[in-house]
Amino acid sequence: MNKFSSISLAAVLAVLAAPAFADELNVVCSNEQDWCDLMASNFEAATGIDVAMVRKSTGETLAQVRAEAGNPKIDVWWGGTGDPHLIAAAEDLTEASGADTSALLPWAVNIAEISGGKTIGIHAGALGIAYNADILAEKGLKAPACWKDLADPAYKGEIQVANPNSSGTAYTELATLTQLFGEDEAFKLLAEIGANVNQYTKSGSAPSKAAARGETTISIGFMHDMVNLRKAGFPLEIVAPCEGTGYEVGGVSVIKGAKNPEAAKKWVDFVLTAEAQQAGLQVGVYNVPSNSGASLDPDSPDLSSIKLIDYDFATYGASDTRERLLARWEAEVKGAGGAVEE
Amino acid sequence: MKRTAGLWLLIGLAGYALLPWYMVSGGVFSLGWMNEMTGTGAAPALLQVVLHGKWWLSGPLPAFAAAALVLALVHGQTAMARGLIIAAAAGLGFLIAEALLIPGTAARFGWIAGEGQPGMGAGAFVTALGLLMILTTGISGLGRGRGDAFVTGLIGLIVALVATFVFYPVAHVLIRAFEMKGGAGYGISEFFGRFFSADLWGLGCLTGAECGPAINSLILAVMTGAGTTALGLAFALIFTRTGFRAKPLLRVLTIIPIITPPFVIGLALILLFGRAGTVTEFFADAFGWEKTRWLYGFGGIYLAQMLSFTPIAFLVLIGVVEGVSPSMEEASQTLDADRWQTFRYVSLPLMRPGLANAFLLGFIESLADFGNPLVLGGNFNVLSTEIYFAIVGAVADPAKAAILSIALLVMTLGAFLIQRRWVGKKSYATVTGKADSGRHAALNPALRWACYLTALPWAAFTAAIYSMIVFGSFVKLWGYDHSFTLEHYIRAFSVSFANGVRFTGSAWDSYFTTLTIAGISAPLTAFVGLATAYLLVRQKFAGKEAFEFSTMLSFAIPGTVIGVAYVMAFNFPPIELTGTSVILILVFVFRNMPVGVRGGIAAMSQLDRSLDEASLMLGANSFTTARRVIAPLLGPAILAALTYSFVRAITSVSAVIFLVSARHNMATSFIVGRVENGEFGFAIAYSAVLILTMLAAILILQLLIGKRRLRRADRVEA
Repeated sequence: MNKFSSISLAAVLAVLAAPAFADELNVVCSNEQDWCDLMASNFEAATGIDVAMVRKSTGETLAQVRAEAGNPKIDVWWGGTGDPHLIAAAEDLTEASGADTSALLPWAVNIAEISGGKTIGIHAGALGIAYNADILAEKGLKAPACWKDLADPAYKGEIQVANPNSSGTAYTELATLTQLFGEDEAFKLLAEIGANVNQYTKSGSAPSKAAARGETTISIGFMHDMVNLRKAGFPLEIVAPCEGTGYEVGGVSVIKGAKNPEAAKKWVDFVLTAEAQQAGLQVGVYNVPSNSGASLDPDSPDLSSIKLIDYDFATYGASDTRERLLARWEAEVKGAGGAVEE
Repeated sequence: MKRTAGLWLLIGLAGYALLPWYMVSGGVFSLGWMNEMTGTGAAPALLQVVLHGKWWLSGPLPAFAAAALVLALVHGQTAMARGLIIAAAAGLGFLIAEALLIPGTAARFGWIAGEGQPGMGAGAFVTALGLLMILTTGISGLGRGRGDAFVTGLIGLIVALVATFVFYPVAHVLIRAFEMKGGAGYGISEFFGRFFSADLWGLGCLTGAECGPAINSLILAVMTGAGTTALGLAFALIFTRTGFRAKPLLRVLTIIPIITPPFVIGLALILLFGRAGTVTEFFADAFGWEKTRWLYGFGGIYLAQMLSFTPIAFLVLIGVVEGVSPSMEEASQTLDADRWQTFRYVSLPLMRPGLANAFLLGFIESLADFGNPLVLGGNFNVLSTEIYFAIVGAVADPAKAAILSIALLVMTLGAFLIQRRWVGKKSYATVTGKADSGRHAALNPALRWACYLTALPWAAFTAAIYSMIVFGSFVKLWGYDHSFTLEHYIRAFSVSFANGVRFTGSAWDSYFTTLTIAGISAPLTAFVGLATAYLLVRQKFAGKEAFEFSTMLSFAIPGTVIGVAYVMAFNFPPIELTGTSVILILVFVFRNMPVGVRGGIAAMSQLDRSLDEASLMLGANSFTTARRVIAPLLGPAILAALTYSFVRAITSVSAVIFLVSARHNMATSFIVGRVENGEFGFAIAYSAVLILTMLAAILILQLLIGKRRLRRADRVEA
């Protein structure tokens, strides 16, 4: 019995080798790992505040912020698509940082206004089409240039796109087409494209990765992901659709009830500066920084040369619009067939 | 009883009076709290009551006093036991009520307005443990558990642990299944409609359309369970019943898939069998076959799951197949049965517990598997991915996630009950301690060749996949640019020797954290798992079946749900653990413990009770018997439990994604981030290093634990 006691006691004590809550800034980063690391070390060098950072995808971060509401372990959430940031703001999970937005581009300020200052735009990325040049040539298909080209029956089984029920990227596409063509016309087009889709993936970045490897011929997704893959050496060609395209705005938010609110505000101020944003060029960040003073990579998709729609974040980010569009997508696009494996 | 209860009384009292009741910053081992023992933060409960007016913490004190009085004054055995039970149960009940009623910043239900308290710390845990053990000692005093304080103590401890770290968090998530739409509170009315909806259970695939995810999961799980069991058995038979020459090589090949981060297998399969894969290209060029995307869907997931989970079946079965007594087989042959009859009517029935447990594990693993369906799922929807996206997708729906989790649990419960019936109540004891020096009957030629023909091509396939993975880590861009490079390794694992050794590679941090956490959680998992198995096989107590199923619960629920459940349950007092390494250790221990339990049950049902009885009759108590007689005979089961829990702590993804924090990041979540970013070479290089690390760890474990000696000739009849 005595030995058993000591074993169980030792086990319990091992479990109690408990945590440290030192003064520091806890950041969740939803950008690329290298970009996260670089920003953290730059911030540490500039402010002397100790940064503890972990990288998680936006959906996972939002789920965690929800579960931790009331006693958050995260101070600030930086990066990732804007929608989850806006949802967090609407659910009152984040709080206004009061950062100065005067040097920012209009779309970044727009996000801040919609959310009451709770999230501020840090970068933008346009939606685009990519195709694998090798496979396209092998199949003897012509390259798509417009959204409407994708409805061509020649592409049957060649297009891959994410499912908007699980992916924010695909929802941006749905909302973009709705804004470009009007709702009825957009759903007709989506159903026609749907007849060519081989798979509705769960994750938004999966289609472009599949196109890069030749697992599908054409993908729809964010251009900066495509540039990334192209730079890695894949034979991926990127198309800015001729009718115009929508875009996402990445955000930065301070979590409500953060343990280190002062440091969190400093982080927000810091990541909005031109110097901090253009450092992304060193690690290959191809989306467009929100500070008008930040310089751009020659390879990154130049938003001024792309026909961008006037994306209505307030309407299409609202949950009732979202639910209505998704229900309609489920019935008219997914339900209308498509998703054919050859 | 008196001594034991007295000892626990002192331990509990020490926890109450000396250790800080609440969590202290820096941890209890930093000892910094000793200087502040009178402050509100670090004071033990006794001082909290006296100095800070936290009167609700006084509950355990009268309980200890009453227990001490009982021990000192009462003489009759039964009366003393009753007294201890009443005192300890009251103290424990008060402690739990106080902890649940006054969480965080304000008391629940407006009970004592304005009072809140931080998370429980070392003092609270030791006090609770002391009370629990006094309670169980008292119960043993009533003659339960054969009057053995060790047995009742162990049951009490495991029940308490499972309740705290499985039921308590899981309840947080499952209750949301009853949440009404639009924030209208909770109710049962919407639940049944959603649970039995055709979206979930649709049988469309029988008529050519799509099935619901629940049916898809079920079909996949049954096939994976059956397939992995059959393959695992073939491998186990080759090892124990044939003279196959390259056994060590085969051993490595059977183990290697479980030590692989899940997405790596998927990626390798895509590169081989995807539409642009090597094998696909080869057949397209050679035979003019159409290049298809068959891999994305049922076929691909099934292949990946077979690869991933066959080793688990093998690990469970090898010990069981080895343990089947040669004497029985010899007796059968003496009675003129041929080898096939001996195998069919003697050996195979004796392996039943092993087969059943291997199937159950394969079934459950398949249901809860998340990585493979995510990569290879195509349009084939299964519950685990649906649940993940119900939680983190663009439209978060916690109620849907909870309902799908319940569907998963129902299936697990069903499989569990069926396997119980199938194994039945027969005796499978074949390790008896009697002279037993026979040799295992070799397989008859037909069966031997059947084993070779299933297992060896599979092993070759595994070898091909793993050489591809190693290849992938040394080339610039796997699939496109095959020029040799060490760049991926350098980026991940570079070391700088200027000014002493510094680990500059970006992977080191998560690598060390992962090894530490896996190293701590593995022995704990094996201990809890095997102790549970010991209770289930060797002891009789009320509610045993429910207890057995409850230990399977955390395993059957997908990692994502467990992850969220742990955040919801352990982010707030009374138990506040998020952001620490403790929560990672706990999630691994309680998630992987069922493998220890299943393996332990399978192995232990082979050990004849007469061994325990002989030991007990010679005056040893249950603890000594478990340690000196049973544990040494469980070598393979201990090895399997340790290996599995170590490996799972390193390779699991979905559960840890919500639990990792900046200070405690795990290798898999780091790798997944890299994959999301398209850095395949880096991710594969890191995975290759992890695979080698785990392989080394397994070999060391094997050396340390060694083989159990059954005093049987370790060879097979010619």
